[in-house]
Amino acid sequence: MLRFLASRLFRAALTIAMVVTFAFIVLRLSGDPAQIIMGADAPPEAVVAFRAAWGLDDPLWQQYFRYFAAILNGDLGRSMRDGRDAIDLVAERIPATLALTIPALFIKLALGIPAGVVAALHRNSFIDRAVMALAVAGFTVPSFVLGLLLVLVFAVQLGWLPSGGQESWRHAILPVITLGVGGAAVLARFTRSAMLEVLGQSYIRTASAKGVPWGAVVRNHALPNAAIPTVTIVGFMVGSLIAGAVVVESVFSWPGVGRLLVVAVANRDLAVVQCILLLVAATMVVSNLVVDLLYGVLDPRLRAAPQGAH
Amino acid sequence: MSDAPLLSIRDLTVEFGGAPALRGISLDVHPGEAVGMVGESGCGKSVTWLAALGLLPRTARTRGSVTLQGEEMLGARPSRLDHLRGGRVAMIFQDPASSLNPVQRIGRQIAEALTLHQGMTGATARAEAKRLLDQVGMPDAQRRLDAYPHELSGGQNQRVMIAMALAGRPELLVADEPTTALDVTIQAQILDLLQALRRERNMALVLITHDLGVVAENCERVAVMYAGRIVEEAPVAQLFDAPAHPYTQGLLDALPPLYGERGPLAAIPGGVPEPWAMPPGCAFAPRCARARPTCTFQVPALTRLRGPHRAACLLAQPVLELA
Ligand SMILES: Nc1ncnc2c1ncn2[C@@H]1O[C@H](COP(=O)(O)OP(=O)(O)O)[C@@H](O)[C@H]1O
Ligand code: SF4
Ligand SMILES: [Mg+2]
Repeated sequence: MLRFLASRLFRAALTIAMVVTFAFIVLRLSGDPAQIIMGADAPPEAVVAFRAAWGLDDPLWQQYFRYFAAILNGDLGRSMRDGRDAIDLVAERIPATLALTIPALFIKLALGIPAGVVAALHRNSFIDRAVMALAVAGFTVPSFVLGLLLVLVFAVQLGWLPSGGQESWRHAILPVITLGVGGAAVLARFTRSAMLEVLGQSYIRTASAKGVPWGAVVRNHALPNAAIPTVTIVGFMVGSLIAGAVVVESVFSWPGVGRLLVVAVANRDLAVVQCILLLVAATMVVSNLVVDLLYGVLDPRLRAAPQGAH
Repeated sequence: MSDAPLLSIRDLTVEFGGAPALRGISLDVHPGEAVGMVGESGCGKSVTWLAALGLLPRTARTRGSVTLQGEEMLGARPSRLDHLRGGRVAMIFQDPASSLNPVQRIGRQIAEALTLHQGMTGATARAEAKRLLDQVGMPDAQRRLDAYPHELSGGQNQRVMIAMALAGRPELLVADEPTTALDVTIQAQILDLLQALRRERNMALVLITHDLGVVAENCERVAVMYAGRIVEEAPVAQLFDAPAHPYTQGLLDALPPLYGERGPLAAIPGGVPEPWAMPPGCAFAPRCARARPTCTFQVPALTRLRGPHRAACLLAQPVLELA
């Protein structure tokens, strides 16, 4: 068990290191931050001075090792724009993002899972077809299109809700719905196929053969088994709580981490971009670890074999 | 055997998307009797009993009648069906490992049946589950109650299935190839166990198998199925002495003279026709060495030959009774 945990942690760290490295390389190769931040009209001496100040003249590998060493010391760098610690800039945006993504996660779970279960239980019926049609629509329509559509209807036409900004909870309604609908659609489809798979298993027939009423077959035998694959995708959704709202935050001018990322990329504000990517990779990796632990809880076959078994 | 049947199947037909899997099955099972159902894979043995118990997927179209001491089971209310299933007729399946819920401890799975059919709960149900596991020969039963199916061997899982089936004190146990997935030595143990339990509890047993040898050792009566029909039905001794249907003769020829390695059906070339490609006339005609021109268009009816011996072959005539 300890060895298992150690190897998982090592792999998690490796994943994060790879993300960080990749981000570093792509960002350095995609344009000169000094020029972009100082502006095209900046005097050449100022640009040179900027480069020297941020160490941008050093060979790439030196910059890389300096950056990596700093991370290991807990220093995620400073913004090239205003000199503040990148981690502070990012941290102050996190609550705004979570204010969208956490309610959206509840919508995904509360709509997606029951819809998928009901569709599977009524396979090929009208209900199933209706749920699946909605689900396909829900995840083929890109979130910026859905967001703009909602704005058009509920903000522009009906005037019920604001179209952007973060002044009150009412401002959160449209972005939360936009985020929730797409995820619910994905979850509904996934849950449906997990349920169908389980309902076709022999042990479901066994339960019916021993006289278990259908409702109890579904509750006690089908759902606990269908939960196992579904946990994967829910884990993925939890892992994207921080980074999953980039588009929606932009559409609704919501000052969260996603908007910060878009602005920082446009500005080549290296430390900020890398800080966000590191954070995103870390949440993903942690939620993956949690999913693996949950598997162990839900599926006895994946638990460490007890003494004397087999 | 002269008493009223426990369960009667009449003119049972099943279609999957228009393709006939069962084409009119009629069969009686009497109290305490052991009936074998044989035939190659795909003949409709499983579908017959799954249909009888209402366990087929909704895509199946089932017609006919299945009565349990006069009570119609086909189309019965779900609550009534749940009472009969497990309570009066139990069924166990071919692959014990996948027939048990992988995420539930076996003690709980047995207790569930005890709760449904005997109203036992908690410690009482657990104690009874342990007693049942002892009875089906599970070693270390107390500790096994907390095991998951993947922690047990195939034979042990089949014992769990049997214990679970016994939980409702059924009058009929349908065992669908209960040993096909198991090692040879375990096969014999499980079959012996089923025999012992049947005698102890005076429980009727339907033993589905593709092995006539198993039928000879374990059953009193046998129904041979081919392509969705019963083609021969007789007491075991009569069937082995004087098989009337060429298909049965082929199955017998495929048995080794004494115990030993059992080969494939070398005596019958070809395979079972698929439901959507049923030959007109006798379904066995394409493989039958004794087929005549009439066999390709005339469907042989299941005809009484002598006493309880019935066969569906144009060559098998009740004339035999005079011999
Ligand atoms: N759920 C199903 N859907 C479609 N066809 C089926 C289904 N179950 C069984 N069949 C068909 O019914 C026929 C009889 O199958 P079965 O009763 O399982 O044979 P066996 O005698 O081996 O038990 C086969 O041709 C099989 O393909
Ligand atoms: S009816 Fe004809 S084809 Fe069918 S088993 Fe008898 S002899 Fe063979
Ligand atoms: Mg079968």
